[in-house]
Amino acid sequence: MADLRTNFAGIKSPNPFWLASGPPTDKAYNVNRAFEAGWGGVVWKTVGDPIINTTSRYWANDHNNSHVAGFTNIELISDRPIDVNLREIKEVKKNWPDRAVVVSLMVPCTEPDWEDILVKVNETDADGIELNFGCPHGMSERGMGASVGQVPEYVEMVSRWAKKHSNMPVIVKLTPNITDILAPAAAAKAGGADAVSLINTVASIVSVDLDTMSPLPSVNGKGSHGGYCGPAVRPIALRMVGDIARDEKIAGIPISGIGGVGTWHDAAEFIALDCGTVQVCTAVMHHGFRIVSDMVDGLSNWMDSKEYPTIDSFRGQAVPNFVRWEELDMNYELLARINQDTCIECGKCHIACEDTAHQAISMKRTNGSRTYEVIDEECVGCNLCALVCPVENCITMYAVENKKPYLAWQDDPRNPANAAAAE
Amino acid sequence: MSHPDIAAGRRDAAGYAELNTDSKPPLNSGQAVIEASRCYYCFDAPCVEACPTGIDIPGFIGKISSGNIRGAALDILEPNIFGGMCARVCPTEVLCEQVCVRTAQEEKPVTIGLLQRHATDQFFATNEQPFTRAADTGKKIAVVGAGPAGLSAAHRLSRFGHSVTVFEALSKPGGLNEYGIAAYKVPNMFAQKEASFILGLGGIEVQYGKALGSEITLGDLRNDFDAVFLGMGQFGVRALEDEGAELGGVVPAVKFIAELRQAGDLSKLPVGRKIVVIGGGNTAIDVAVQSHRLGAEDVTIVYRRGPEQMSATGHEQEFAKSDGVRIRHWAKPSRVIGEDGHVTGVEFERTRANSNGGIEGTGDTYELPADTVFIAIGQMFEGTPLDGDSLDGDTLEIQSGRIQVGEAGATSLQGVYAGGDCVAGEDLTVQAVEDGKQAAIAIDQYLKG
Repeated sequence: MADLRTNFAGIKSPNPFWLASGPPTDKAYNVNRAFEAGWGGVVWKTVGDPIINTTSRYWANDHNNSHVAGFTNIELISDRPIDVNLREIKEVKKNWPDRAVVVSLMVPCTEPDWEDILVKVNETDADGIELNFGCPHGMSERGMGASVGQVPEYVEMVSRWAKKHSNMPVIVKLTPNITDILAPAAAAKAGGADAVSLINTVASIVSVDLDTMSPLPSVNGKGSHGGYCGPAVRPIALRMVGDIARDEKIAGIPISGIGGVGTWHDAAEFIALDCGTVQVCTAVMHHGFRIVSDMVDGLSNWMDSKEYPTIDSFRGQAVPNFVRWEELDMNYELLARINQDTCIECGKCHIACEDTAHQAISMKRTNGSRTYEVIDEECVGCNLCALVCPVENCITMYAVENKKPYLAWQDDPRNPANAAAAE
Repeated sequence: MSHPDIAAGRRDAAGYAELNTDSKPPLNSGQAVIEASRCYYCFDAPCVEACPTGIDIPGFIGKISSGNIRGAALDILEPNIFGGMCARVCPTEVLCEQVCVRTAQEEKPVTIGLLQRHATDQFFATNEQPFTRAADTGKKIAVVGAGPAGLSAAHRLSRFGHSVTVFEALSKPGGLNEYGIAAYKVPNMFAQKEASFILGLGGIEVQYGKALGSEITLGDLRNDFDAVFLGMGQFGVRALEDEGAELGGVVPAVKFIAELRQAGDLSKLPVGRKIVVIGGGNTAIDVAVQSHRLGAEDVTIVYRRGPEQMSATGHEQEFAKSDGVRIRHWAKPSRVIGEDGHVTGVEFERTRANSNGGIEGTGDTYELPADTVFIAIGQMFEGTPLDGDSLDGDTLEIQSGRIQVGEAGATSLQGVYAGGDCVAGEDLTVQAVEDGKQAAIAIDQYLKG
């Protein structure tokens, strides 16, 4: 039985599954229910001077009849008084001593404002704080959230204030709405932050209502940009996490992975890229807190099957394999193979390759049946056919035993730079 | 039993309503989108090949998914103007759905028929007439029969700009759609609504009560029109030749179905209590199920061979059984038994397959009591209307009881085309529609000379 316990920058939790700061962690009622369901920790909905929200706050896009492929919101931080939130946080932590309770914070960008709230949070006995430098909508227009996170100097400055005035581990939550995630991550580290969490939501228009011509969600005919999250952003999050995890200067800083985590499998991918915990929001807003049951025993069962006794035993194992393109093996050769016994003759591999790739899948008609075969000479091993095939394991990719050694692009004779050098 | 137990009013109102309720309920919009998402959007899709009219099935299903219902409906109606009817009556389990790649993968095809019905139903509800006619060509074409073949041909010919006159023996359009299939397959007057939609194109005049051989002759049509399309179906009914076939209560199944379909008030339609249906096709199923729903107690279909040889599909057979109809195989009628001129039962002889692929009687017999016997052993082409026609010495070739045709329905007579059940081939609505369409295209080419 795998040990799922985590120690993230000194914050302990019985499993790596935390709820991200957001509507699910808005108040004690929800958080108690989450802990009852088995969540390892929560990052409380961002505390700050209470705001007023609009009605009509969320929207989602579907893909191929799959609901909530992506999700957006235009909610702001907590609409409840600071002292109410802090009182509930203290009470919840007292009742759930084994769970992680982290307080997300956002106040105007001055040291007195931060000092003022940090001193109050110190009294809650919570396990840590998370600086919300990521929220891309609404608060950013008021000089907070992503408008701080997009300026590395501000990130470093506020991180320093936080370390100075807080008695807790400081997690800096990063915004993906920048060109280079390494800049704010390095700034957080320079400011003394104990950990980073990412990604916050992506600035977005998730949909436009073609009848009213209003972006969605629509507030009386108008829409502002929202923060996009859910399964659709997971690849973006994984890449930004990977960038930080492999960076020589920043690597080693604890990372809490956020962005489209809905299953144990998603979580394991983030952990493989060096995340110590993951944070979940959209998936519970879609299905409720109960999904943590599968996350916990799914991860445990998978770890048992791979003989990983602890989270740390596989954490970061994919990082060394996340390389620059130039380091990929130019001598590696894949070919596609179609299993004729399981082929259902849908023709999707053929038309995808014929129209959009390398004309490497032939089509034969005999007595009303269709045979699709790979033309090895034309196949470049791109995976497209295997990806579009609706039958599991019908099209597989196999490595050609060409006995050629590893060859990086810099050493490849086909590299024009090498040709020039040879002349 | 001198008074056969044949009476009306055996059911209550709810019971009669069953006769006019969809046996396969339509999909709602949500269900349609879920089902449409199961389509893999195959390339060179087997389902398209299996459709006699060649509807781009993955294409229209993709349009349902994207919310483009009008586009979906027109992708159906362009190649098949009877797309609404075919969605209801096509034996999809032996056509498009049989070859759906999902059948190979999980034995559960995309329900193409129901999706086609969804798209066409939604579109018809808009009352839009999407098709237009080309400029008038000045050519006049006669179409015999206002069934699927005839109206399909007429619609396509009118779109080409030709003026079409349809001669229909009965008083309504639709052919078998209106007169020959079970009401629960086409409730709510769908056959008439669809015919109105088709005729709504314009350029098509229908003359009712005009039967070939009595009110009109092929010779006259050839003289008066630039081309002729024959789509009169198989009006004749194959009769039982056994002893007692002339007894009261021995009725052609199609006659009873037509009476039922045209009855204003089903509670006034008499039905027997013990019914024997002889035959193995969809007509046998339709008459059996409808009799049972009218209140007959015992309804038994008897077919001379096994379930696999029945032309009614397995799906249809199961439907009948689930409705309370019994099906007995491997027996053929040897005589009809009667009293006072009315049937009281049928004697059957058990049969078995013989070595040359046919069947033979075993000599072993049994009797089934019956106050009504429906004969559903097939329809046939009624050739007599063409006898003695003045064809100027030409001959309309008939083979095995059907009009002989070449490519695109060309008959042995120049300018005369034929299609649907009066020619050889599958007796399916969808095939009749395709025959009419192909003949119309050929006629257009012929007239352009």
